[in-house]
Amino acid sequence: MMRSKADEEEYWHSSKFKAFTFEDEDDELSRLKESKQAVNSIRQLVEEDDDDDDDDTEKVSWSGEPVGSISWSIKEMAGSNQKIDREPAFPRIPTEPSTLNKSHSGLSLSSLFRGKAKSENFQSFSDAFSDSVRIYAPELRKPKSEYKDYVCDWSPEETVQRLLQGKAVSLEKFRSLQDKLLLLDFAVAAHDGNVITAVLIYLKRSLRKEVLFRELQSRQTALRHFIHYLTESREQKLLLELLRALGRTEDMALLQYKEHLSITDENNKRDFLKSCLSLPFSAEDSAHVQDHYTLLERQIIVEVRNPFRSGLHWSTGCLMLRSCCQAADRQAERGGKVEIYQRFPRKASILNMPLITTLYYCCFYHYGEPEGTFSSPLNVRRTFKISEKQYFVTALAARAKLKAWSDVDALFTGRNWLGFTRKKSPLSFHRVVDVLQRNSAPTQVLQDYVALIDDAELRISLAQKLKCHDIVISTFRDMKDRQMLVAYRGKVEPGSAPERKIDDLLNNQQIRWKN
Amino acid sequence: MARRDTPGLPDFSLLKRLARDQLVYLLEQLPGKKDLFIESDLMSPLDRIANMSTLKQHDIVKLYKVEYKATVSLSDQLCFLIRPRIQTVKWICDVVNADKAVGRFRRYKIIFTPQRFFACEAVLEEEGVFGDVTTDEWAFYLLPLDDDILSMELPEFFHDNFLAGDQRWLRTVGGALHLLHSVYGPFSKLYGIGSCSQMTYEWWREQVEQGEQGARPAEIGSVFLIDRDVDFVTPLCSQVVYEGLLDDIFRIKCGCVEFGPDVTSSDRSVKVMLNSQDKVFNEIRNEHFSNVFGFLSQKARNLQTAYDKRQGMDIKQMKTFVSEELKGLKQEHRLLSLHIGASESIMKKKTKQDFQELLQREHCLLEGFEIRESISFIEEHINRQISMMESLRMLCLLSITENGLLPKDYRSLKTQYLQSYGFDHLLTFSNLRQLGLLVEQQGAETLTVMESKVGKLVNDKTAGKITDAFSSLARRSHFRALSRKLNLVPKSDEEYDLRVPKDMAYIFSGAYVPLSCRLIEQVLERDGWAGLEDVTRLLNGHEFAVTGGSRAEPNSDAQRLVLVLFLGGCTFSEISALRFLGRAKGYKFIVVTTAVTNSSRLLEALLGNHA
Repeated sequence: MMRSKADEEEYWHSSKFKAFTFEDEDDELSRLKESKQAVNSIRQLVEEDDDDDDDDTEKVSWSGEPVGSISWSIKEMAGSNQKIDREPAFPRIPTEPSTLNKSHSGLSLSSLFRGKAKSENFQSFSDAFSDSVRIYAPELRKPKSEYKDYVCDWSPEETVQRLLQGKAVSLEKFRSLQDKLLLLDFAVAAHDGNVITAVLIYLKRSLRKEVLFRELQSRQTALRHFIHYLTESREQKLLLELLRALGRTEDMALLQYKEHLSITDENNKRDFLKSCLSLPFSAEDSAHVQDHYTLLERQIIVEVRNPFRSGLHWSTGCLMLRSCCQAADRQAERGGKVEIYQRFPRKASILNMPLITTLYYCCFYHYGEPEGTFSSPLNVRRTFKISEKQYFVTALAARAKLKAWSDVDALFTGRNWLGFTRKKSPLSFHRVVDVLQRNSAPTQVLQDYVALIDDAELRISLAQKLKCHDIVISTFRDMKDRQMLVAYRGKVEPGSAPERKIDDLLNNQQIRWKN
Repeated sequence: MARRDTPGLPDFSLLKRLARDQLVYLLEQLPGKKDLFIESDLMSPLDRIANMSTLKQHDIVKLYKVEYKATVSLSDQLCFLIRPRIQTVKWICDVVNADKAVGRFRRYKIIFTPQRFFACEAVLEEEGVFGDVTTDEWAFYLLPLDDDILSMELPEFFHDNFLAGDQRWLRTVGGALHLLHSVYGPFSKLYGIGSCSQMTYEWWREQVEQGEQGARPAEIGSVFLIDRDVDFVTPLCSQVVYEGLLDDIFRIKCGCVEFGPDVTSSDRSVKVMLNSQDKVFNEIRNEHFSNVFGFLSQKARNLQTAYDKRQGMDIKQMKTFVSEELKGLKQEHRLLSLHIGASESIMKKKTKQDFQELLQREHCLLEGFEIRESISFIEEHINRQISMMESLRMLCLLSITENGLLPKDYRSLKTQYLQSYGFDHLLTFSNLRQLGLLVEQQGAETLTVMESKVGKLVNDKTAGKITDAFSSLARRSHFRALSRKLNLVPKSDEEYDLRVPKDMAYIFSGAYVPLSCRLIEQVLERDGWAGLEDVTRLLNGHEFAVTGGSRAEPNSDAQRLVLVLFLGGCTFSEISALRFLGRAKGYKFIVVTTAVTNSSRLLEALLGNHA
């Protein structure tokens, strides 16, 4: 509880102050006062009362509060030393949590009784303290002989009051479960998380965990503080036990799963994720964790391992042959044998990337591969049940990036019952255009897709933006909008093909213009 | 009758001086040469109130950032200026124990700010260095970011309080309120909503009861406390007022923004203080972005004219011009070009990401219109891996405005999100659900079943409490009903002139009046919550309005000064809205916040995919 002798000396030698004891109180106090004055020359000294800081020195425990650190009183800051009549009091608002908590403190009647009986005391006692916590208020003046007894006489409520003021208190004397819980309930009622945690730390040290867990079950506020404290101090094991005891199995599973984030080695991480598969996740999350594991496993194969040597089986000889040739990507890149890695060097390894990034990667580097290989986009799509739209968007972006326009084109090809090919897309065509344009597709490519946008207005505005003149012109022609066409003529380059086309149309007598 | 003029603001630079003096005092208690380790997020706040020479004057030889590495300091005395965080204290223990292991003797001092926590000291004790390390507190509660913005610079308040349910910062907020009350009070009225606000009020009230008050003229009239979780919609909306946009795009840190080469059109980055001292900024900060360009070009023309005056001046006039006007003009020129550069950069970024469409979808969500289209918009956003944060933001906005997602939509969107941005976001979804930001719709039956089940397990009294624990699950945003009752979404058929805003909705292009600010407006107007019973019920209650029996005359300037305290952060858009409200109703608002937030910061605090 007390600071060690050596330490105390060290402190005092290091500061302007000398250690003092209660025997030569007066002398030391005057010195203290002097130094305080020296330091605080800018402000006036406080009321005499403040000199009683010695109480704190005696019982420094939780706080290593050095005696000399006289915090500023707010009154000083305001620069007013006068004692004036009190502010008319603000009304008290009964706060739900406190009343609730007292009422079910697990000690039923007796605690209720005590809590009520004390409530008067609560007020009067608190009145005895002056001002904010940062002001180390004088203790009630008592002869020193009585003092020790007084310390021991503090009730749980009074103890919490002292804690609230940042004062030193010993909690060791609260040994019965009832007292411990009263401490906790008063702390909760005071709404000070710092004090709640302080009491919880004491309870954690002095109660068997099963008992503590049981009592926390009916005290949600305290429980949340305890969980947060364990999280912050990284007491994972105890936290897991707590969650298990509370029956919060899903939280427990998530907490365990979270540990994978601090594992850097990919093989270890994969093995850890595998061990997570049996955790009691919700059905939905369980599937996600399974996918997470499968994905990392897949990434490791694609990135590092030669799939053939690792003893994975494929049914067809063709695939076997292929996988022989296909070293893992990291090697392929290093060897510089494969052209695509030279044209588009990989910016980062695929390990730990999201699924869609992995799919994109596979569409980029492994597009044509048959579905049997692990790196084939189709295989990835099937394994993870990726939606058609999602697959489409990703493949589109990857092939567009590579400017593989024929691949892009092939993505849209569907046949109707007459056998004619026509373009269809799970993504609206103006988004398709957006994707292509972001990948700097040339106008010839863009206009094919702009033309497929259903909404005429949207089509025109995009076509204008992307300078797909033919589409703008033919749309205006279809709308029989002569005025717009004339206006558009001013926007195209003089003497260009589009201009000639516009002129032809304008001169065409057969069109019945609406304006 | 509301007065049109607005009262002046109290001098908050006093708070800086107080904090500085106290720090100096703490440093003076450590005589002799020493090295100071500062936690990285304290550096900017410290910069605002003290400078290196202040520190040097007090024998600080070297400054280090806390980086959780072995220390290289050779000093015999180490001082650590940190937030009360367990991990930082553990690191300090490692430093001390490493010194002990090699028989090295040093003195160590931890200065916790704004306060120390018992849990941190317990770490010192457990690690066996309690006593080797002494501790102190630096009660640096409030940093004035501007004439009317005071920040506690405690972004973790949001996470700790709302997600973890740890109330340890409530007392800190109460302390800040008490400080303001002591220096600028006494307050005549307090209003508030939210359980944290209520607890903070209680704590503060006890302090006031126990303390004595000096007789000072009150400088602040009333106070409004509001919990961030009363209104999650507003901070999740895209900001379109200039200052908010700057924050969304460039991230304003502690009142300061760093403009990169794309803004400065040079190869250097420039740090710019954004506050009312910047005359150009001060005129556009609250403007809708669509007005900013016009304003800036007008300003540029004026500047040109002012420069042009030189033509045809004689020597004497020229001399006066150079000595009196040129410096100001140059300064204005510099600022103007920076803000023009910033606006251009914003335009570029925003057109690139189809900002217009995004805003339109957002407005649809607020109106409750074309929900299917919005869902598929979000879905495409996710499919195309556009922005992880934007997707999450839109998902949350969808969930809050719609009172949760249909189970089918929730599952499908979650799966696609995890596929696009990483499966470890499972943890993010769990956090969001816990906070009620992104949830599945639950039939009313499910809840009642759960409640009665739980109720049977424990006795009746506890049942209520347990239901409370499920409240994050049960808690519905009721946004639609609130929006109707408070008229948050103006009728869309009317033209909204953003240049001459008629209400606070202008901060969201006329599409939405921020719920938080509307509550403040209504309560001030009604002088309490009377008539708003339906609203408070939908907001989960915890509202209060109390009078302290002020001696101040009701029409004094101070009475029109309203301090709004946001527990859990507020956005620049909300500040702009309050400034507008102040101008319209003759109030002056002072915003106190645990930190300035925006959608990214708010959601980042809830991401689960980091160790």
